[in-house]
Amino acid sequence: MYDGWKIIVGLIVFIAFVTLPFTWSTGKEYLKVEPKIDTPEIQKLPEAERKCVESKEFMRKEHMKMLIDWRDAVVRDGKTLYVNSQGKSFNMSLQNTCMQCHTNKSKFCDECHNYVGVKPYCWDCHIEPKENIKKEARL
Amino acid sequence: MGIGLALISVLGLILFAYVGTAVIGLNALFAIVFPYAAFILFVIGFIYRVVKWGKSPVPYRIPTTAGQHYSSLWFKQNKIDNPSTGLGVVLRMFFEVFAFRSLFRNTKAELLQGRLYIGSSKWLWLGAIAFHYSFLVIFLRHMRFFTPETPWVISLIESFDSFLQVHILGSPLLYITNISILAALLYLLGRRIIDPKIKYISLPSDYFPLFLILGIITTGVLMRYFFKVDVTAIKELTLGLVYLKPVIPKEIGSLFYIHLFLVSILFAYFPFSKLMHMGGVFLSPTRNVANNNRMKRHVNPWEYPVKHRHYEEYEDEFREKMKKAGIPVEKE
Repeated sequence: MYDGWKIIVGLIVFIAFVTLPFTWSTGKEYLKVEPKIDTPEIQKLPEAERKCVESKEFMRKEHMKMLIDWRDAVVRDGKTLYVNSQGKSFNMSLQNTCMQCHTNKSKFCDECHNYVGVKPYCWDCHIEPKENIKKEARL
Repeated sequence: MGIGLALISVLGLILFAYVGTAVIGLNALFAIVFPYAAFILFVIGFIYRVVKWGKSPVPYRIPTTAGQHYSSLWFKQNKIDNPSTGLGVVLRMFFEVFAFRSLFRNTKAELLQGRLYIGSSKWLWLGAIAFHYSFLVIFLRHMRFFTPETPWVISLIESFDSFLQVHILGSPLLYITNISILAALLYLLGRRIIDPKIKYISLPSDYFPLFLILGIITTGVLMRYFFKVDVTAIKELTLGLVYLKPVIPKEIGSLFYIHLFLVSILFAYFPFSKLMHMGGVFLSPTRNVANNNRMKRHVNPWEYPVKHRHYEEYEDEFREKMKKAGIPVEKE
């Protein structure tokens, strides 16, 4: 090869770059997500009322859209009541409706969001629930 | 005809992936076998092509450059466009790779009302740079699926890409690169279709990558903004590939497999196509050699040692005959 060492150095850089995911993962724990919905607030509820605003499947797929729609409805249109598919109405509020039951932000929200590297900007405006401080206060 | 063949091939690949996963259910083939095979083909093919190029000799410097070469002192040398030093070459390569400098000099000749006009044409450069940088950002953003914990650089790129904070009908944050790559791709495809001169020289291998990447972008956009897919399940799959412990989560639909299959095809096809300009740009002799033709001696590698004879030997052999014929000799 002509100018062989330059080309080989280039190829080594190329290979190091494309195999980066493989080399990065070695020695690192294989993460799995386990979002938790077993907060004391949910446990306290009677069995029949232990339901989210919409079905689990719907929430899993559409919660981001729902939260954005809620934000727009409340902040821009002044509508604060959400009527779900069962005809039940809820107050459209992240802090006062969602987080009332799902008090475990780190195990409920962050678990999956961190896993897939998503950073929603909910908490730029909303007040983040202070789980750790609460736990320490209880101890 | 070329465009039809390319379009049908890509549609066929999409149909193949759809039938393979949704109808026959060969998810393992599309989730594990094809991605690994494509990656291996990509790496080996890439090395093969580069080594093959590296073996071809480039005996002399090619000074077909757009700048004043090193000459008498009162001529100002263009040190980037016509470098005579290694540093100049590095700078020229830098601008070539990161700013597509030679494409920036693209000109266009056109007959307007019977008169020939030649002028600078930057649209191709703009389309190319928009496409390539968008693709790079999209590629880097996808590393969040291939690393157990998303590196902060990747998160930073992602936050820049979505900083407009636009939600279309409540969909996740809009990425700027999704718009720019689609616009750039449609321009790059459109110029081949609309301009008869470019259409005439376009081959199926010109259209195929465009349609293939268009297919990848379309399926990706559909998954992000329109039909939601289970991202955690997808990350389980991609992490499984990276950890060499492949798993096939059940919750993934065909749309994702079409996307993954088209990407696998892109990787497998890459080293054997014009897409190899990614490696080739570094081995372009008109860009990567300094113009020092007259400063250094360049030996052509295929020059064999020529058999030659000194006059003395010649005279030794023919001295007697030369004397008889009356030809003067140096030695008696």
